Amino acid sequence: MKDKEVKNLGLRTEKMTINMGPQHPATHGVLRLVLTLDGEVVVGAVPYVGYLHRGIEKIAENKTLHQVIPYTDRMDYLSPMSNNIGLCLAVEKLIGFETTEKCRVMRVVACELARISSHLLWLATDALDIGAGTVYFYAFTEREKYYDLFEEMTGVRFTVSYGRIGGLARDWKKDFEKKVYDVVLNTPKCLDEIERLLTRNRIFVERNRDVGVISREDAIALSLSGPNLRASGVEWDIRKAYPYLGYERYKFEIPVGEHGDCYDRYLIRMEEMRQSIEIIKQALKEYDPKAPLWPEDNDSQKVFYPPKEKVLTSMEELIHQFMVATKGPKTPKYKEIYFCIEAPKGELGFYIVGSGTNVAHRLHFRSPSFVNLQSLPIMLQGDMVADVVATVASLDPVLGEVDR
Amino acid sequence: MIVKRPVLKWWERLYLPVVEDGLLTTFRHLFKKKVTVQYPEERWVPPEGFRGAPVLLTGLDGREKCTSCKLCMFICPPQAIRIVAGETEHPIEKYPQEFYIDYGLCIFCGYCQEVCPCEAIWLKHEFELADFDRTNLIFGKDKLLQMGRQEPYLKGKEKPLKKG
Repeated sequence: MKDKEVKNLGLRTEKMTINMGPQHPATHGVLRLVLTLDGEVVVGAVPYVGYLHRGIEKIAENKTLHQVIPYTDRMDYLSPMSNNIGLCLAVEKLIGFETTEKCRVMRVVACELARISSHLLWLATDALDIGAGTVYFYAFTEREKYYDLFEEMTGVRFTVSYGRIGGLARDWKKDFEKKVYDVVLNTPKCLDEIERLLTRNRIFVERNRDVGVISREDAIALSLSGPNLRASGVEWDIRKAYPYLGYERYKFEIPVGEHGDCYDRYLIRMEEMRQSIEIIKQALKEYDPKAPLWPEDNDSQKVFYPPKEKVLTSMEELIHQFMVATKGPKTPKYKEIYFCIEAPKGELGFYIVGSGTNVAHRLHFRSPSFVNLQSLPIMLQGDMVADVVATVASLDPVLGEVDR
Repeated sequence: MIVKRPVLKWWERLYLPVVEDGLLTTFRHLFKKKVTVQYPEERWVPPEGFRGAPVLLTGLDGREKCTSCKLCMFICPPQAIRIVAGETEHPIEKYPQEFYIDYGLCIFCGYCQEVCPCEAIWLKHEFELADFDRTNLIFGKDKLLQMGRQEPYLKGKEKPLKKG
């Protein structure tokens, strides 16, 4: 572990302990940091979590897996789409279900849209924390277009609940893919404008460069994931390492940094958004509006609801609707699986133990923000107290996910 | 792909050109189309398929469509729905004597609409439900049916307007 040397100027100093948060506006929620300061230098930092704990994992033991989907919206509330789809993929792995090709393409597009909107919000708040207030408005204007897409896709802007076990909640409207394409095509313009303001701006560079450094070894030892890990120079992306949803078919690159400081994390997230746009463009080319969203064979019918028109007219489908809603997909007893996806914040894992019914015996989330936070003490040690805000912002923690 | 970090040129280190650049960008944005909606004066119309307040619908015979099968009550993740079933002379045999939705608990996930086997519950485009008292947010059957009558609920009848 790295131990930055604190300069001794020959003065007699006293250590001071101060609380940052849980109501500090720059901690992105209710993170409490107990900082030990020696003058202006941070010698120790301990993050305290749990102010937003809602016990989602415990609640999930008493709800059917289908009912847990809205709860995952409230974990990482900046990318609910990838949380939903991650849980659905995990349950599908547990019960051995194969989704259709169209569903996979739609899920890829939804996940990547969530990644871009999440990174845009990170960009806005990161710049705001450092003092560049203008970027906040430009990034939010762009992000609003993505939320309009989500609204049209799912019915609401924020807590989408779009994933369903075996498929998605609803089909896209006519010509929706063209709308997605238009929005995605115009995003690089906004990113270019923001990069013009930030990347070569001396103030921004000096606030970020060599601040919150974490070495490659430390990053691996502390199991950092996502853009924060890649900034330290580790080429690790679950979309490439363990491809899911057919990510192996799309051409994209993993941006990797060299120094592992806040500036690298900024550059990597900017590049990641551009790569996501490329993935969406490739996926939309494969999208076939006429293909079925749900599989049509008889075995998979036990997992999802029959079409509404048939429920209203046919007795068999009506019984089927009741059976799916109350009994749901049957999980194998005591079979346990771990499934992870590359969420915008990092590796989002789901550990599920089946119970023989449609309620999980145990459901555990490996949330990336929580694991990423434990690298804060090492990142902050030896930095100035003013850099704490920049480092916390560059880690991109979402406290809804940290505390669950 | 290793992301190269840029090396600042000497004029970029001067800081003044960056200020100029930033001001120019702001100036350019002055003439762009405004994106904010002046909410209370300017009304925003949700798109088709928006998930707002769940309401009860009335059939063509003027009765509520609900047969109190309690499937929505079962599936509701925050358990915001409560139904007390009753018997009736009508061939439908069962009807909801009492039907409560607690909008303080409702998360507008749309599961109730998804599972309802007789399309009796419907998510309306209503989203302004705030109140100063929590007890006022528990809506009974009469109020839900009344809200449902106001809704032009049939599919494809609504035309979404553009934002702003």
